[in-house]
Amino acid sequence: MTDTKDSLHVNYSVITEFIEKGSRVLDLGCGEGGLLKMLIDKKHCSGSGIEIDQNNVISSIQKGLSVVQGDIDEGLKEFMDNEYDYVILNQTLQSTEKPDYVIEEMLRVGKKCVVSFPNFGYWRVRFYLFFKGRMPKSRMLPFCWYDTPNIHLLTVEDFFDFCKQRNINIKKQVYIKRGKISKNPFTGFLTNLLCEEAVFVIER
Amino acid sequence: MEKNPASVGIVKTEYFTIEEKIQLESGVQFGPVQVAYETYGVLNEQKDNAILLLHALTGDAHAAGYNSENDKKPGWWDDMVGPGKAFDTNKYFVISSNMLGGCSGTTGPCSINPDTGKPYGLDFPVITIEDAVKVQKKLVDFLGVKKLIVAGGSMGGMQALEWSIAHPDMVDAVIIIASTSRLTAQGIAFNAVGRNAILSDPDFNNGDYYDKEKQPERGLAIARMVGHITYLCEESMHNKFGRRFQHSDRPNFDFNVDFQVESYLEHQGRVFVDRFDANSYLYITKAVDYFDLAAKYGSLKNAFEKTNARFLVMSFTSDWLFPTSQSKEIVQALIKAGKDVSFCEIESPCGHDAFLLEFETQTKIVKSFLAKGEPND
Repeated sequence: MTDTKDSLHVNYSVITEFIEKGSRVLDLGCGEGGLLKMLIDKKHCSGSGIEIDQNNVISSIQKGLSVVQGDIDEGLKEFMDNEYDYVILNQTLQSTEKPDYVIEEMLRVGKKCVVSFPNFGYWRVRFYLFFKGRMPKSRMLPFCWYDTPNIHLLTVEDFFDFCKQRNINIKKQVYIKRGKISKNPFTGFLTNLLCEEAVFVIER
Repeated sequence: MEKNPASVGIVKTEYFTIEEKIQLESGVQFGPVQVAYETYGVLNEQKDNAILLLHALTGDAHAAGYNSENDKKPGWWDDMVGPGKAFDTNKYFVISSNMLGGCSGTTGPCSINPDTGKPYGLDFPVITIEDAVKVQKKLVDFLGVKKLIVAGGSMGGMQALEWSIAHPDMVDAVIIIASTSRLTAQGIAFNAVGRNAILSDPDFNNGDYYDKEKQPERGLAIARMVGHITYLCEESMHNKFGRRFQHSDRPNFDFNVDFQVESYLEHQGRVFVDRFDANSYLYITKAVDYFDLAAKYGSLKNAFEKTNARFLVMSFTSDWLFPTSQSKEIVQALIKAGKDVSFCEIESPCGHDAFLLEFETQTKIVKSFLAKGEPND
């Protein structure tokens, strides 16, 4: 799992592990289509992606993927209930205008959903804000406060609360720290402190 | 003609005649129909490497290459069709034909009615996009094609949609560019103004003008001017002409052509009457206006239910005649019907004309889309 040098793509491997062979997947905010391509190549999945940026859409199509340019904040109205085995939202939740609506739509369209996001509760993020007194920047959060697409940052604890309030079941969870799957045996407060990035499989 | 390795070179327009009568959507039996067409590339042994290109409102069969050594301009989609280009003639057998009702070799109102020995004029039956596709089907059958990809911009996209629905077992892939499943009321309105300009030209003579000294040139030119306004956009007009005057930096204080934009429209109108027939303009704009897949099939989703093709849909940000929202309607209906679709809205300041101009981005997308269906890629 740590064979890939690019820590940002560890989540690709994690998600690929999660998803059963031959699943039908919909990748929201699929970017250049790297994850979707991996799922098709390694897990023989079928499916498509939605992406807002023209150049990313073109890159995805160049990978041989079926991708539709669109804004996931507008919902997934054209998709039927339970149409997909998995709906994936990888590193995109924090950039959506209406994260709660997007997750509700995912749960409607997907039998299961994968959600990953950078954890704002990570100790380095907290220390950055605490000691430097400025909006945290890191590998996961490389932007300045004024140009960041991450308009709805959250912590692992926030996500737990959200799921509880809305009766969403968390089926699986993996925490990633510095490009490796975190083996820490702790839960709760310490998890939130030690995890840099979280990947969840959720369902209703 | 410049020697260009990416050109299909000198091509000849061919003619094919459908002798038996065709049942038109209006119920009329019509025939015989001659079809003008060109082909580029070679049909393979399996006869499944064909791409049928479908032209826009005033296009013709001459999509690529040159018809003679002295030709100044290549075919209308030469940027996209040729060896190594988006529609790669090294791999594909590319077919382009003039639409039914046209005036560039395929039977239309200016053709001779065998019953009277005179041009049809307004005796030509009202035709639809479905009728145009029926004629094209006869052509591809005649050419021996078993499977094909259909591609078109604007009105060509309408025909491509119709193809995918009418012949689901034959069409493998569909490329729809700057098009729609039904024209907006605004689009119909502009076509109506164009038709009115023709119909009210004193030289129109109820469509019977072919042997007369004067043709309804003014009406047709105005129709073209109106059309050209809709093919551009505010930004492209501003960039091209601004408020500049044609001959000086001062107004003429008369009603002659004063502004550059006026001169451009005049020019477009003038050159158009040399290559297009006023009656064809009436018939083809009407076919475009009538096209409405949702009305015909109950809903757009229903329309796509039977298609087996993969779809690529593209729109342009500044196109207000065939706006992105209409491409999205197609995409959403295809998704609802569970079809394989990719969609890209291309950033462009060129208005509806972008589909003929923005060929670099389109080439990238079309090539990748087609490569997906190629076994050795």
